[in-house]
Amino acid sequence: MSAAGGNGAGVGAGGAAPLAGLVLAGGRSTRMRTDKAALPYGGRSQLERAMTLIAPHVTRAYVSVRADQSSDPLRARFPQIADTHENLGPIAGLLAAQARHPEAAWLVLACDLPLLDEPTLAHLVRSRAPQRMATAYRSSHDGLPEPLCAIWEPRSAAPLAAYVTSGRQCPRRFLLGADTCLIDEPNPRALDNINTPEEYRSAMTALAPQATADPKHITVQYYALLREQAGRRDEALVTRARTAAELYTELTQRYPFSLAPEMLRVAINTEFREWTAPLADGDAVVFIPPVAGG
Amino acid sequence: MAAFQFTRTPIAPDELRRALADPACGGYAAFEGWVRDSNEGQRVRGLEYEAFEALGVREGERIVADAIARFGVAHAACVHRIGALAVGELAVWVGVSAAHRDEAFRACRYIIDEVKHRLPIWKKEHYLNGDSGWVNCERCAAAPAQAAAEDAAAARHVHEHV
Repeated sequence: MSAAGGNGAGVGAGGAAPLAGLVLAGGRSTRMRTDKAALPYGGRSQLERAMTLIAPHVTRAYVSVRADQSSDPLRARFPQIADTHENLGPIAGLLAAQARHPEAAWLVLACDLPLLDEPTLAHLVRSRAPQRMATAYRSSHDGLPEPLCAIWEPRSAAPLAAYVTSGRQCPRRFLLGADTCLIDEPNPRALDNINTPEEYRSAMTALAPQATADPKHITVQYYALLREQAGRRDEALVTRARTAAELYTELTQRYPFSLAPEMLRVAINTEFREWTAPLADGDAVVFIPPVAGG
Repeated sequence: MAAFQFTRTPIAPDELRRALADPACGGYAAFEGWVRDSNEGQRVRGLEYEAFEALGVREGERIVADAIARFGVAHAACVHRIGALAVGELAVWVGVSAAHRDEAFRACRYIIDEVKHRLPIWKKEHYLNGDSGWVNCERCAAAPAQAAAEDAAAARHVHEHV
């Protein structure tokens, strides 16, 4: 065992490399028009939030920065690894980290994942396959690997460097062609990244229920495939979800629903409604799978 | 007779037809949907319909009222079976009476098409090989793009025939 690092966290069994953390905060935030790492969520910056989330899982957590960002006050609070390549995108941060600590595996996190939650990170670490090149989530949107909430093993360093040398720089394509262990997301929205002011507002709305909404008593009836997957016809529950969309997201964490919300319609109190319609205490909600009458 | 209803017992079209009789009507058109013994290459043994009845009745009544207003027919009604059905059984019935045949045919076609698209009712097919599946749910979950293409094709089909 090569358990470098102090507290033992992140050291896998069976000779797995120690796990270090890398939060990528070297992007240029062009479309957001303001530093994404500094965007506030619930009173703290996204960078602080990501560093707090990653800390329990790793021997040491670093923030990945561009060389010209090292004295930025937000980033200066944390141990840093500065990029050694320019204009390579997120892959530059990983290359620099692997060069600095070749013995470590890297739990890499983008710092524009405001919906990332502790269960999603814990599930990734639990599912780690140290004998593979990497362990990554399969995107709930397009089925492709998510390179920026993933574990990169030391054995990925040489092929990744060769990949960059050959003029390529897309980490997603690299993982697609590499020996990657792909796992499903427990929360399908957890890895929604935000690049524009509109996406930021949408993420804030999704995060708001935990912070502000009062608990509501809601009844849910299940039909057809959803009834079978939920294993019940109906239930009464207490939720902070503010809309039917948020309620469905919450329920997908509890039941193995295979239907994406785009495939479903929603009824509240026996009328078809929009997914964004607000929920009120006492509402009866039905999610309607694709119909097949006649 | 109710404009729309669900029933758990076999549909009796003759009785339903009599309720639409009207001396002012010169035409009557009906559609019967039957349980077929195959679907998309699979041999079907029987099927099960399940409905969100409270919303289904409201939506069904709206469809029939729309058809009457749109095509100016005298009377229209629709009945949909729910529960377990065997091959050959009557799953859905639509009847329309009108002064003339043209609007009766068109209103009948409109009602069955809208029922298939909008009514919260689901069909589980049981196959001879022992498998079963919810129609439009289990296959389209894997291939939403294909389902969308089929929907577009179905929409063109309706357009050509109405």
